[in-house]
Amino acid sequence: MDENTRHHSKLPMRARVATTVGGAAATVSRLAGKGDGSVIGGVISLRLAPDLLSLLAAGRQVVLVTGTNGKTTTTKLITAALAPLGGEIASNVYGANMEAGLTSALTHAPDARVAVLETDEKYIPAVVRATRPKVVVLLNLSRDQMDRAAEIWLLARRWREALGNAQDCRVVANADDPLVAWAASSARQVTWVAAGQRWREDSWCCPNCGAHLQREGDDWSCRECGGRRPPVSWMLYEDEVIDPTGRATKLDLALPGRANRSNAVIALAVAEAFGVHTGQALRELRKVTSVAGRYTQVSRRGVDVRLLLAKNPAGWLEALDVIAPPPAPVLLSVNAQGPDGRDTSWLWDVDFRRLRGRNVLVGGERRLDLAVRLEADEVALKLVNDIDEAVDAARGVASNLEVLANYTAFQQYRVALGRVQ
Amino acid sequence: MSRTKPLRLTWVYPDLLSTYGDRGNALVLERRARLRGLPVEIIEVNSDQPVPRDGDIYLMGGGEDLPQTLATRRLLADGGLLEAAGRGAVVFAVCAGYLMLGAEFGGADGAPVQGLGLLDIRSGRGAERAVGEVVADVDPRLNVGQLTGFENHQGVTRLGPNARPLARTTLGTGNGDGTEGAYQGRVLGTYLHGPALVRNPGLADLLLHWATGPLPPMPSQSEELAMRLRAERLAAVAR
Repeated sequence: MDENTRHHSKLPMRARVATTVGGAAATVSRLAGKGDGSVIGGVISLRLAPDLLSLLAAGRQVVLVTGTNGKTTTTKLITAALAPLGGEIASNVYGANMEAGLTSALTHAPDARVAVLETDEKYIPAVVRATRPKVVVLLNLSRDQMDRAAEIWLLARRWREALGNAQDCRVVANADDPLVAWAASSARQVTWVAAGQRWREDSWCCPNCGAHLQREGDDWSCRECGGRRPPVSWMLYEDEVIDPTGRATKLDLALPGRANRSNAVIALAVAEAFGVHTGQALRELRKVTSVAGRYTQVSRRGVDVRLLLAKNPAGWLEALDVIAPPPAPVLLSVNAQGPDGRDTSWLWDVDFRRLRGRNVLVGGERRLDLAVRLEADEVALKLVNDIDEAVDAARGVASNLEVLANYTAFQQYRVALGRVQ
Repeated sequence: MSRTKPLRLTWVYPDLLSTYGDRGNALVLERRARLRGLPVEIIEVNSDQPVPRDGDIYLMGGGEDLPQTLATRRLLADGGLLEAAGRGAVVFAVCAGYLMLGAEFGGADGAPVQGLGLLDIRSGRGAERAVGEVVADVDPRLNVGQLTGFENHQGVTRLGPNARPLARTTLGTGNGDGTEGAYQGRVLGTYLHGPALVRNPGLADLLLHWATGPLPPMPSQSEELAMRLRAERLAAVAR
């Protein structure tokens, strides 16, 4: 941990001991093959110094990235977009996004003046207080792992209170998501982005007064209380970003899908807040090809396998838009371990009818839940036990296999394919 | 069975009451009716629309505290659901929808909120959130076997003399007194949230039976996956 020394000297003794011990534990965890090591180090550090996060964040320009979907990818995109600033950027690249993961990310980059931190939705109030961020990014808010996540109207209310109390903080928020817009509108400075909203099942009603919202295209307004979509300064329009001067630029990302184009526009808005020009930032965004194994293409027994991760109905909806057309078979896989949420009810919120007539394989520990769901949408399917059974089913039919899995199911496949990045 | 008019599955307020997979109940009922040759349609009624009086089965989903209170207020003002239930239509409600059917429930600030009064139950807020798998033995006179599902709520419910418990829990919290859910006439509610009928095809058939009379059998093999899922889940929690 020699590289920590310089920043270390500014920390109180107890915090210095905590970051060193935590770092060592992370190394042990990685060597033992127990994961990326980012959480265990942070957990040990936090037990030794509970205010460590605010100590570590002091004097840095912090960006917090939160929302139900796209946090990890957007964090990576913002980190890329800020590369023209030069210098190291601290970031929790592996998606460990609670206090321990954030602490770990800052500990490992003691000299970074800028930190881009993916933050779990529930922890936003505490992390905003601890890190006094320069920018908070609010992507979207939709139902997610209801057995452990807070209900989303409640979550929006907490964001709203936290941001209303945060001084000198700029919020970059998606104006097209009514819940997000309502939460962000308490902040002193907001950059509104028209980032689109594919999933609308959680925002038919006004977050302010509960009346049924009037919606037309991306526009929304409330007849009862007068709430409406705020005027935007950045916009995603098909494959183009429209910046605050009104200039349209083609995005041309390597990452697929509408959701990632929308994440990229948010990253450009954050870059602008740091004085990085759109053209410069965009060149960096185009270099991002995968995010912690997501979107990676890997060859397995002559079949090109592409891994997509989605954890909840909104994520699955976006991912189903991205998958390659037939004849490529689609492997859908669902687990219900702790990080996935132990309740598979959300499968019934996903519309699978577009998979009718396709070659669909179903895997994961909860494949029967998924199979019954697909049957109700009249999608023919075949159950498989592992990734190789799916690859075998794909061979001879197509040269590629599209895999869509939720969190631990994705990690299992990623390990089976050799921990692809 | 000959039925000229389609069976009308009326989903009440999906814009306010649909937190997690509630659509599943409509889809399961639709599928089980269709496979038996019964014409069926799903009608989604948003909270800014009047509730049709002529539905056969009314479905109500889960919701957060504020939407639950708003939805109850609108349903009382609208009167459509009350009128339909009064003439014997089937009502099936899960989670927040179940609490709404009672005389009162605990609102966002804990204060009691007047319910729809279709079930003789009163609900309040418990000390802890009940989250997890539920297994319960259903009232034998309903003849639907064990109940299996997932609960996620902080409600506690007491039944009055006119409502009967739907089931007795062997795993999970349910009403909080060893019973789970309630029914009264053709109005039935459960703390199981979301797609409660997916793992309980017997309960789905009970609702269809109440609405249409004796049911023809399902085509062979059409239930295989659902039965495997049901058996897997019951075995998983029995360990």
